[in-house]
Amino acid sequence: MNDMRLGDRAKQMDDTKIRARGVNVFYGDNHAIKDVDVDIADRMVTAFIGPSGCGKSTFLRCLNRMNDTISACKITGEIKIDDQNIYDSRVDPVQLRAKVGMVFQKPNPFPKSIYDNVAYGPRIHGLAKNRKEMDEIVERALRRGAIWNEVKDRLHAPATGLSGGQQQRICIARAVATEPEVLLMDEPCSALDPIATAQVEELIDELRQNFSVVIVTHSMQQAARVSQRTAFFHLGDLVEYGETGTIFTNPEDSRTESYISGRIG
Amino acid sequence: MSTFWIVLVVLAVAALCFVLARRRALSAVDGDQRHLHSRPNYYGFSAALWAAGPALIVLALWLALQPLVVDRSVRPLVLEEDRNAALVMSDVTRLAGGIDRAIAMGGLTAQEARGLTADGLRDRLSDFGTALASEVSPGVLEAAQRYRTIEGRGALLRSILTIGLAVGLGAFALWRVAPGFRARTSVERAILGALIAAACVAIGTTIGIVLSLIFNTIKFFGLYPAADFLFGTTWAPSFGGGSSLGILPLLWGTLYISLIALLVAVPIGLLAAIYLSEYAHRTVRAWAKPMLEVLAGIPTIVYGLFALLTVGPLLMDVFGPGGALGVRWMGGGTSVMTAGLVMGIMLIPFVSSLSDDIINAVPQSMRDGSLGLGATQSETVKQVILPAALPGIVGAVLLAASRAIGETMIVVLGAGAAARLDLNPFEAMTTVTAKIVSQLTGDADFSSPEALVAFALGMTLFVITLILNVFALWIVRRYREQYE
Repeated sequence: MNDMRLGDRAKQMDDTKIRARGVNVFYGDNHAIKDVDVDIADRMVTAFIGPSGCGKSTFLRCLNRMNDTISACKITGEIKIDDQNIYDSRVDPVQLRAKVGMVFQKPNPFPKSIYDNVAYGPRIHGLAKNRKEMDEIVERALRRGAIWNEVKDRLHAPATGLSGGQQQRICIARAVATEPEVLLMDEPCSALDPIATAQVEELIDELRQNFSVVIVTHSMQQAARVSQRTAFFHLGDLVEYGETGTIFTNPEDSRTESYISGRIG
Repeated sequence: MSTFWIVLVVLAVAALCFVLARRRALSAVDGDQRHLHSRPNYYGFSAALWAAGPALIVLALWLALQPLVVDRSVRPLVLEEDRNAALVMSDVTRLAGGIDRAIAMGGLTAQEARGLTADGLRDRLSDFGTALASEVSPGVLEAAQRYRTIEGRGALLRSILTIGLAVGLGAFALWRVAPGFRARTSVERAILGALIAAACVAIGTTIGIVLSLIFNTIKFFGLYPAADFLFGTTWAPSFGGGSSLGILPLLWGTLYISLIALLVAVPIGLLAAIYLSEYAHRTVRAWAKPMLEVLAGIPTIVYGLFALLTVGPLLMDVFGPGGALGVRWMGGGTSVMTAGLVMGIMLIPFVSSLSDDIINAVPQSMRDGSLGLGATQSETVKQVILPAALPGIVGAVLLAASRAIGETMIVVLGAGAAARLDLNPFEAMTTVTAKIVSQLTGDADFSSPEALVAFALGMTLFVITLILNVFALWIVRRYREQYE
C-alpha cells in the first residue's frame, strides 16, 4: 500500500476542504491548542501525529464541534468548511455533524442490531423514502466499510456481539451511511489487532475516493501508510505540516525529526 | 455470678492474653520483628481470640438453652394443676424470683428459704416488693424451689465453664506462640468466620420470618377454607365468628392504588431523571438531585397527612358534589385517587434517582457516537440512551411497584377503610397492608381466623413482591450485557 505517488498529490493541492485560521482551544485554564493554521485538502487522507496530550484529538474534535459537549471547553479562531465558518452562530452543530462524520478510538456500536446501527444516521436525517431504499443504503455503507461479506447473513444480530475489528468497521460504515463530506477518525485502530488494523487501513485508503479523511494516530507507520499529508503537533502547537513523504524523510523542524526518530514522545 | 461479670472477666482474660502473647512473640526473637511470621499484634489478637471467642460462644449458647432445660425439668411438677400450663409456669418463675429477691434484701436466709411453707408466703413476699396473683399452692412452691436449685446450679456451672474455657484456651494459645506460628492466617480465618456469621444472621432472619408466615398461614387455612380466602369477593370480618375473609377486594384495592401511583411516579420520575442526567447544568444538578432525594426522606405518615388534609379535600372540590366539574363521582375525601396520587409523589424520587444512576451508567461513547452522526440531543436520548438504559429502568419501576404494594400509612389515611370491588377511582377502597393493621390492632384472640388471616395476607403480599423483585432482577440481568 505505497501511496507515495507525488504526481497524484500535486494535482489536488489547491482543492482545500477545511481551512483553519488562528484556532485556540482552552480547557478551563489549560491552553490546549495554540494558534493553529491548517488547510485540509479534499479527497485526501490527512494524518495528525504527535505525542500524547499534544492536542491532536482536541483539534480533530473542533472540526465537527464535538467539543461543544464539554462545558469547560472554549474555542477561538476560525474554521471554514467550504468557505462557511462552522463556529458562526448561524451554523447548527447538528447539521454540521451530519456533514462531518466521526469514528472514535474505541468501537462504540449502539446496543442495537447491525442493521439498525448503520441505518441510525440515515433514519434521523430522513435519507431513505422507504424500506427498500434503506436496505440499499445499509448495504452500500456496509460494503464501503468492507464488512458486508462478514455480516450479510446476520444483519439483525446485535452489533455488540461482533469482534472489536468488526465493530470498528461497523462504526465506519455507520459514519459513511449518512454520506458525510469529511470523515474524522480518532485513533481508529488503537483498540484493534494487526489484522483488523490492516483491514481498516485498507478501508481508509478506499474512503479517500469519496471523502476527505482526517485521522489521528499514534503509529507513525500508520500515518506513513495511509496518509497523503501529515501534521505534527507538539504541546498544542502545529509544528510542521506538509506532504507525508516530506515529513517522514526530510522534516524541516528538529522537533519533528526527533519525534519521528523516536527521541521525544 | 451475673452474665455481665462473666463477660467482663472473659474480656479481661483476653486482654491479658493479648499482651502476654505479643510480649512472648517479641521475646522469642529478641525483639527483631523480621524473624516473626506475622507482625506482633497478630500474635496478640490470635491469643485474645482463642481466649474470648469460644468462651463467649459457649456462654451465649448456654444462656439460650438453659431456660429450655429448666422448663423441661420443672414443668412435669405442675402438670396436675388444672390451669393453663404456661400461666402456672409464669407463677413459678415469679415465685422463684421473689424468693431470690427476699434473700438478696436480707429478709430470708438461704437456710430459711429452703424450708419455706406455702402458707402466708404471699404476704411475706409482698413485703419485699413481689406481688403474686394468688395464694401459693404447695405444688407451685415445690416447682419454684426446684427451679431455683437448677437455676443456681446452672449459673455456677456456667461461670466456671466459661471462665475456665477462656483461661484454658488462652493458655493454650500462649503456649503455641512461636516465631513460625502463622498468627496472621489464624486471625484472618477468625475474621472470615465473623463475616460468614453476620451473613448467616441476615439469611437466617429472612428464613425465620418466611417460616413463621408459612406456618401461621397453614394454621389459618386449617380454620378457614383456602378457596374462600383466595377467591372470595367479600371482606367482612366479624370477631364474633362467621366472617367472610375474601382477599380479592383487598388485592384489587392494592393493585388499583399502586397502578395510579405508578402512573404518576414513572413519567414524572423518568422525565426528571432524563433532565438531570442529560440536560441539566452541573450546578443545577448539584442542588436539584439532593432536593429531589429529600422527598424520599419524608416519613410516609407525613404523606398520609398530606393526603388526608390537602389532596383529599382538593379532589372533593373538583370531583365531589357541588365541585368545579359538577359531577358527583366522589363521596368523601378518602379515595383510591387520593392515596394513589400521594403515593405517586412519594415514589418520584425513588424512580428518578434509580433511573438517573442507570442513565448515567450508559457509556459516554454512546452519546458521542450518536451526536457524531448528527443526531440531536433528544434523538440521542430517545433512540440510544433510553433503549440502552431500558432494562435498568424497568427494574427501577418494578422496585417502585413493590414499594407501592407494600405501602401502608398513606393508604390508611388516604384511601379509607372500605373493602370493595369497584372501578371508580374516586371511591374509598382499602389494601392488603391496611387490613393487616386493622386485623391485628384490635383485641382479637391470636388463634382466631380473624387474626390469623393477617399472616395469610402478609404471605400473599410477600409472594407478590417477591415475584416482582425476581422478575425485575431477571430483566436487569437478561439485558444488561447488551452494552458492555
